[in-house]
Amino acid sequence: MGANQHDATLIVGASQAGVQLAATLRELGDTRHIVLVGDEPHAPYQRPPLSKAYLQGEITSDDLIFRTGDWFVQHDIEVVTGETIAAIERHADGGGEAVTATGRRIPFARLALTTGAAPRRLDLPGIDLPGVHYLRTADDAAAISTHLASAGSLVVIGGGFIGLEVAASARKRGVAVTVLEAAPRLVGRVVSEQTSAFYLDAHRRRGIDVVLDARIAGIEGESAAAGVRLADGTVIPADVVLVGIGVVPRTELAEQLGLEVDGGIVVDAACRTSDPAIVAAGDCALMPNPYARGTLPRVRLESVHNALEQAKVAAATLMGDPHVYRTTPWFWSDQADIKLQIAGLSTGYDATVLRGDPETEKFSVLYYRDGELLAADCVNQPLDFMAVRSALGRGATIPPEAAADTSLPLKKSVVEPTAPSLV
Amino acid sequence: MTTVIYTAHDGTETIVEGTPGVSIMETALRNGVPGIVGECGGSMSCATCHVFVSDETAAIAGEMSELEDEMLDGTAVDREDCSRLSCQIKLIDGETYRVTTPSEQV
Repeated sequence: MGANQHDATLIVGASQAGVQLAATLRELGDTRHIVLVGDEPHAPYQRPPLSKAYLQGEITSDDLIFRTGDWFVQHDIEVVTGETIAAIERHADGGGEAVTATGRRIPFARLALTTGAAPRRLDLPGIDLPGVHYLRTADDAAAISTHLASAGSLVVIGGGFIGLEVAASARKRGVAVTVLEAAPRLVGRVVSEQTSAFYLDAHRRRGIDVVLDARIAGIEGESAAAGVRLADGTVIPADVVLVGIGVVPRTELAEQLGLEVDGGIVVDAACRTSDPAIVAAGDCALMPNPYARGTLPRVRLESVHNALEQAKVAAATLMGDPHVYRTTPWFWSDQADIKLQIAGLSTGYDATVLRGDPETEKFSVLYYRDGELLAADCVNQPLDFMAVRSALGRGATIPPEAAADTSLPLKKSVVEPTAPSLV
Repeated sequence: MTTVIYTAHDGTETIVEGTPGVSIMETALRNGVPGIVGECGGSMSCATCHVFVSDETAAIAGEMSELEDEMLDGTAVDREDCSRLSCQIKLIDGETYRVTTPSEQV
């Protein structure tokens, strides 16, 4: 195995996209040595359960692995854990050599960046006190879980998916939870006003205190966090503080390599960066997306599905067979017993249709532009989700007037495309 | 010890020694068995781990939840009486499981 290390493919980032890229290269018949480098001290693992089943104590970190150690060995994929790539030198032939922070040198013939994203940091007085957490890694989740075991109260700063998932998990463990959101509604960056309003009510019904339009002055505490102070002087007690205010793509290496970066590593529809010999995929990549339907030149998506699909495209490109990425984006978030599934991209919508009654905690919101279906938020409505994801995937639509009719399954109202699909 | 025998759409068999408590979906992914996608990691959000189970496996696979039942209505290949989401079947020590994967999952 690995007869010629200089012929190797180096994949920087050993999470969802990186592992999939390696696996797809093997499925496509590639036999060259692969080096998969991750900066965490763990074998590659799944992140989505960290804020959900893991924090609720239903599973342990052993349950999170993507592949067995044997699988990586059998497929000649060398997994390097706990190493950060500090610098990459390129050679004239397109290959090069990477150097880790500990001085290890990794020669490569082909390079893929699946560097992911890191939590956006908050700059506030007291933010460095022990007891203030961010959640991205298994170690972050372990620290939060340990801390919650002895905590009476949690304040979550940020009412997005990660914050609400942690809030619901902590509430399930009997912790008093307050969510502070700077905007006038929850998950405002992603979902419609109806869906935001539902989450506000649903979390309050489950005993979570939610403050909207929150203005935060700082973290209180002497030797550890004890509370969060609002601008009006109110202090909300907190043994644990979680900051979940979004992520920042990790583009440092791309910048060092002189690649085009614009709030993400700029790639084309085949995952090629501005240096076509280098591919990028996953949370770090900013790519043209047909589902944005011309409203945005490029989109950076933070989802498992996107990481997997871009990784497959990137692998095909490295094998000299570039495909165009055109798969229906989808997302999910489990909060308490509420399952949200989102299909499509709602960017640029001009109308929504509410299907069902949010009071029943089973409903969907469908998004339209110029009468065409763009996306749907489906709350505890998996059949609606499946119908919309499937319709969008084949360029079909669902007329707005039919979408509101709950007497018919949504899939019965799908209108097939008359012309070849644009997406 | 527990064994899972995966039969692909084309008849190819893959036999994997599993770990009790781990699902049939996770066992497939960890060992690179083709035919099961499992994007959502077993949270019943994607319906891409659809399998057809043998009668013997159905008997030890446990009850189907309402959510699993609903998700099975949206699989890429239409469900049959023996359809399950393989993320919902956790392996029991000493048992042998037989599943067939559909031609498509997405």
